[in-house]
Amino acid sequence: MADSIVNIVALRKRFGTNEVLKGIDLDVKRGEVIAIIGKSGSGKSTLLRCVNGLEVFQEGSLEVDGQPLKHGDPRAMRALRQHVGMIFQSFNLFPHLSVGRNVMLAPTLVKKHNGPEAEQQARKLLERVGLADKFDAWPDQLSGGQQQRVAIARALAMQPSVMLCDEITSALDPELVGEVLRVVEGLAEEGMTLMMVTHEMNFARKVSDRVVFMHAGRIHEVGPPEQLFGAPQTAELKQFLSALH
Amino acid sequence: MIDFSLWDIFRNLLLAARWTVGLSLVAFAGGGLVALALLLARLAKLRGAERGVSLYVQLFQGTPLLMQLFLAYFGLALFGINVPAWLAAGLALTFYTSAFLAEIWRGCVNSIAKGQWEAADSLALSFSETMRHVIGPQALRIAVAPTVGFLVQVIKGTALASVIGFIELTKAGTMITNATFRPFTVYACVALMYFALCWPISAWSRQLERKLRRG
Repeated sequence: MADSIVNIVALRKRFGTNEVLKGIDLDVKRGEVIAIIGKSGSGKSTLLRCVNGLEVFQEGSLEVDGQPLKHGDPRAMRALRQHVGMIFQSFNLFPHLSVGRNVMLAPTLVKKHNGPEAEQQARKLLERVGLADKFDAWPDQLSGGQQQRVAIARALAMQPSVMLCDEITSALDPELVGEVLRVVEGLAEEGMTLMMVTHEMNFARKVSDRVVFMHAGRIHEVGPPEQLFGAPQTAELKQFLSALH
Repeated sequence: MIDFSLWDIFRNLLLAARWTVGLSLVAFAGGGLVALALLLARLAKLRGAERGVSLYVQLFQGTPLLMQLFLAYFGLALFGINVPAWLAAGLALTFYTSAFLAEIWRGCVNSIAKGQWEAADSLALSFSETMRHVIGPQALRIAVAPTVGFLVQVIKGTALASVIGFIELTKAGTMITNATFRPFTVYACVALMYFALCWPISAWSRQLERKLRRG
């Protein structure tokens, strides 16, 4: 387990009396790309949100880069979250800040980068996601695909070891999905550890090292994409895959 | 009998209007600070803050300002603390203002999408950084109109301080009426002065709102 980067053991999560995660064990290796699939309500987004502490879990343990996740300890959470980037379905850019300032905000505040240093980094990251000319634009002047790419640049600015992608193309018009997925694919090729909840099965198949199928709060099947998509073992996965076509 | 010219009336009212302005400023500065503290305590989820603040707000929203003034003035005297009218009025208006502002501002913060908090959290921003750089600026823009609207209410509310003998604009109006026997003239002047105080503030708020539309 030397190069394990996210280690989840026997994790259980309840919303009131409703248990949504019923004992999750998952070990993610450095550089690994994990696609999490499953029906809505299967707990896949909740699991992802547990990794950076957006959701509080009741039992089990979760470690990122060897640091245990401790709710209620703001300093530990702040340290852990610097290792974990997250991209959301609804982008969640800060609408009152320009694109450049969106990317620069966290590095200047948390990592104490000075102005010119942060600006240089932001310009480089925006170039990487293909938006070099949008530094001074406002989020609401951009298309959904562009906003999501800014969100990716913003998350990358913190130099995370793991990137969480929560259905990042679900709110996009179909013609804009490709530009976002290409950026994510680039990240995967560069060796970024990715955990993504996705409905883009072709993308999951192409990019991921392992696919996790979740059903009713449990990990139902795990394996390389060829195995899960090519030879599903359980009835639930077969049904899920056939419903997609 | 002494004859009072219109200028005499006007001049004396203007002098008293200073106290209306002063009392409003105290209420607003004091109330604003207390409200901000209450709001932050609530947002930071301090132990007991949610219930405590909610009780505080309901107490001051659910009782007339007039009673709060009476209680501050006569109530404290019962405990042997002799408070001058200006202090009692300042205290009561500060509490009153803080309760309303805490609630108004909470509404403004709540209207900001949850995703903004989550994005700030996932970027490892602390609570104070999130408030200052992400939530605060967005909430501020929304808060301008209702806050200024309430400020105008407070200015008019200071008139009630006249009942505990604090000589501000309304009390001065009553006293001058008793001396001049010209109630219509006097109270028309009083109303005009309240309007002259409140109207520019409303106009300024509209301007500010336009300006804040884009950071």
